[in-house]
Amino acid sequence: MEIPYTVTARPDTGLWNAKIGIWLFLASEVMLFGGLFSAYIFLRLDAEPGFWPHGLLNVPVGTMNTAILIASSVTVVLAWAALKMRQFNKYKIYMGITILCGVIFLVVKLAYEWPQKYEHFGAFIKTDKLEKYEKYLGNKHLLAEGLPPRVEITGHLHNPAALKDPNIKEYEIGLDQIYTDPTNKAMDRPHFLFVPPTDKVAMIEKADVERGTMFLPTHSTYFASYFTITGLHGLHVLGGVIVFTYLWLPAGSKLYRQNPEHLANRVEVAGLFWHFVDLVWIFVFPLFYLL
Amino acid sequence: MNNPPTTEPVEHETEHYAPHSHDVSKHVRGYLLVGGTLLVCTALTVFLSYMDFGSQKANVAVAMVLATFKAGLVAYIFMHLSAEKKLIYRVLIFTGIFVLGLFWLTYLAWYDPVIH
Repeated sequence: MEIPYTVTARPDTGLWNAKIGIWLFLASEVMLFGGLFSAYIFLRLDAEPGFWPHGLLNVPVGTMNTAILIASSVTVVLAWAALKMRQFNKYKIYMGITILCGVIFLVVKLAYEWPQKYEHFGAFIKTDKLEKYEKYLGNKHLLAEGLPPRVEITGHLHNPAALKDPNIKEYEIGLDQIYTDPTNKAMDRPHFLFVPPTDKVAMIEKADVERGTMFLPTHSTYFASYFTITGLHGLHVLGGVIVFTYLWLPAGSKLYRQNPEHLANRVEVAGLFWHFVDLVWIFVFPLFYLL
Repeated sequence: MNNPPTTEPVEHETEHYAPHSHDVSKHVRGYLLVGGTLLVCTALTVFLSYMDFGSQKANVAVAMVLATFKAGLVAYIFMHLSAEKKLIYRVLIFTGIFVLGLFWLTYLAWYDPVIH
């Protein structure tokens, strides 16, 4: 059976079918991401001062990925325009760039950004022990500046065995730069450039630690929301890449020969989905990376 | 199984979806311009996030205003909402109402007078 109204408008809706279909789907997507964002807002508003991490993500890499996603949104709309103008070769080029952008975004996320987090460690210090680690935390300085306190010491964990072995009594942490010079005003706010952990090592007694964990969803509600939302977003990027690749492969050429307008409409619908994925990222990027 | 309506497609509707290539080519420059604006706004968002607007809340507000502007550009130009059929707007109005309702529930939960 042939699917009706792929290029012509259905008289009662005034739209070709896939167009109304994708918009209804996007409406449900708004609710899906809306639920996650409202959970984010709820968790963040209720976080005690100092307990919502700030500056733990790699901003230059995040900015680059944002630019890649924006560029791909432009190229997908150019691919659609090329089909409308019946310039198939241009379509192939623009669509190829779009697919490439999607793949780069995913590779950066999965092969670089996420693994960098798995290797990072944070120890939340018990409230009554904060004083003991003042030389790393610099809370008196922060209090004087009217800034929220630091309750966590982060860096590279030199003895990962300490996570599981109860006989090891201390965490050996190669400190992040901020804890090596905590009263320096320049450290009050996160920096744009990512700085790897320093050589300076701090020994933190496990008995003084409320919670010691790698930067995984177990670390905090911040990382739990980060991995959930960027993970779901990443799945959407993957879905888009798969659909675009299908439309780019010979199946696309075949459809173009049969009915170029049908291919243009398919690309438009897939493009609408892609723009929505871009739109979600426009909010994810500042909320998790910058604020 | 529902059969599609047997009515023949209306001719002038068909034309709407097959614009002359000339029309589309006029838009291409606009798409590039919007892409450039989005990139500039991204750089601006990053830059402004390192400024101190007095409180964390103010910084969040500045970033969200910029993000909403960017999202609006994507929806309006790239997703062609500047000229779409009524039915799509109707779907989106309902989506807006429901998503606002969802955020309102979150606000109610956070503002729980029993706890606060």
